[in-house]
Amino acid sequence: MATLQKVVRSTVIDAPVERVWEVLRDFNSHDRWHDVVERSRIEGGERPDQVGCVRAFTLRDGNRIREQLLALSDEEHRSTYCIVEATVPLLRYVATLTLKRVTDGDRTFWHWESTFATPPGRERELSAMVARDVYEAGFENLRRHLLGGTGREAAPRGTWTSIASAAAVETREVRVSRYGEPEVLEPAVGTCPPPRDGELRIRQRAIGVNYLDVYLRRGWIPHMLPVPGIPGMEAAGSVLDAGPGVSGFLPRDRVAYLCAQPGAYASVRCVPADCVVRLPDAVDDETAAALLLKGATADYLLRDLGRVGRGTRLLVHAAAGGVGLVLCSWARHLGATVMGTVSSDEKARVAREHGCEHVVVTADYRFAEAVHRVCGGADVIVDGLGDAAADENFAALAPGGHWISLGQASGPLRPIDPNRLVEKSASFSRPAVFHYVSTAAMLRERAQRVWDALASGAVRVPPVGRYALDAAAQAHADLESRSTIGPLVLVA
Amino acid sequence: MVRVYVSSVIDASADRVWARIRDFNGLPQWHPGIADSRIENGEAADRIGCIRHFHTRDGGMIRERLLALSDYDYSCTYSILESPMGVENYVSTLKLTPITDGGRTFAEWSAEFDCAEGRERELTETVGGGVFQGGLEALKRHFGGGRR
Repeated sequence: MATLQKVVRSTVIDAPVERVWEVLRDFNSHDRWHDVVERSRIEGGERPDQVGCVRAFTLRDGNRIREQLLALSDEEHRSTYCIVEATVPLLRYVATLTLKRVTDGDRTFWHWESTFATPPGRERELSAMVARDVYEAGFENLRRHLLGGTGREAAPRGTWTSIASAAAVETREVRVSRYGEPEVLEPAVGTCPPPRDGELRIRQRAIGVNYLDVYLRRGWIPHMLPVPGIPGMEAAGSVLDAGPGVSGFLPRDRVAYLCAQPGAYASVRCVPADCVVRLPDAVDDETAAALLLKGATADYLLRDLGRVGRGTRLLVHAAAGGVGLVLCSWARHLGATVMGTVSSDEKARVAREHGCEHVVVTADYRFAEAVHRVCGGADVIVDGLGDAAADENFAALAPGGHWISLGQASGPLRPIDPNRLVEKSASFSRPAVFHYVSTAAMLRERAQRVWDALASGAVRVPPVGRYALDAAAQAHADLESRSTIGPLVLVA
Repeated sequence: MVRVYVSSVIDASADRVWARIRDFNGLPQWHPGIADSRIENGEAADRIGCIRHFHTRDGGMIRERLLALSDYDYSCTYSILESPMGVENYVSTLKLTPITDGGRTFAEWSAEFDCAEGRERELTETVGGGVFQGGLEALKRHFGGGRR
């Protein structure tokens, strides 16, 4: 009996193992990605993940091969199959394909090996054919398939780099050329350059509006948004292409990002891959854009800074706003006593629906007395009101309480006298979300907790206000007039 | 049971990487976290069952027993006998696989262990992010190659 030939080929695919396995676990997929296979079908109408099923290939060169699935493991990302009949002289051919996660960079190691016998004298020729035309070509073809289009003909030829160096694309954007009122937000047409080293270019479908955008537009933080500039810190959509050095993302991946560099008010944008998270199917673009920054904010406020748990007395200002509604429902789920201030009865109703037990409707920032009546003072205050409510906030604090200044809608806070804090052993924080998502791992962990909380119902999805991207000025005007409820998004 | 798995790609052949990490007594020569090492009772470092006795740079003393060594599979398995980490039943494997495309190496470092409830996360980070990833990063640097 002839000696068995053994062929081993392996490579690294620049995509997460789940994405590669999704294609390779399908025993009937080769005619969608492998150039040598013209047609593939599973015999007898069996499912392609039925162990024992047989696939019939017609190759481009006219050869026919029937192969049987011997083993399939989603746990090990492994598929083993053999040839049962072929017009090519590969005898006793058994192949195993295994994927492993490269944790460093979220890539995939792909190992493909087989043993077989050949007619005498044809060992080298047939081994080379299997290695080169089937395995090595398969690696390249699958790369192209993941990158490119729906079918082989439509898919772009070339490597990651050549795709990434594609041309600039047109983008609609909203610019600020001078600081001021909402009308300084002006729609324009621009171009988005190809992604640079470490960047992803994203086709944005929904863009989150945050109060920070208002501060940037007003010129309160000029070093963060010099004019002319484009505001916006977060958006959701899909990956167009990836720059050099980016791994773990593919074109068409659904993603959202939260980035300390403004520029999100656009239909296409490049951002560092480190501030991008993949979106679960259950989270749509608008929800993601509405809740990534606000959810991550609620997460660090409740978990890290406020340490909110069972029995914590929490006071949330702007309780019917984007951050407010998330805070209320999540804190209530954690067992806190949740109080909130709002400016209208309609907002009070929505805040209550989202877990705010005690709502104070106030147009003039008077709430301290009500807070003491309800629970004797607040252990944690999340304050977006700013200067006009400073004295009331201090009055509302319980001894040992923690006043967290998140925003200053009514105007910048005057300096806080440290000696005043001693009256209540109080503490004061002035956090910025970007310090709490400063690494890719931190951002992904917080984002995952937000998606999990939405899925489990710990956070109730708030009503989202939608505006066209070109209507950003209207969105800002409405946000500042205190007439909106829940988070706002711009739809591109 | 806690499982930790870390893997990376090193820009050198598996033979070359294996030559650098095969010596069970050689951690200080390639792992930045290890200060010194000796094999107890003067045994050979590739004798199955031998015990390495070493100190981490922060002063911790660890004793580990060599359970398996395969030059054929480029693989080394060992257990912890004594350490300041608070782990039980700790068994770890460091394994290399050639990547035929480009003559590179796929390196996997994994461990299984038991620990006190609530410490799983912290220890996963120490072992996976610190010891394993730190070691693989050092190998990537040593063998040059690309940015990752």
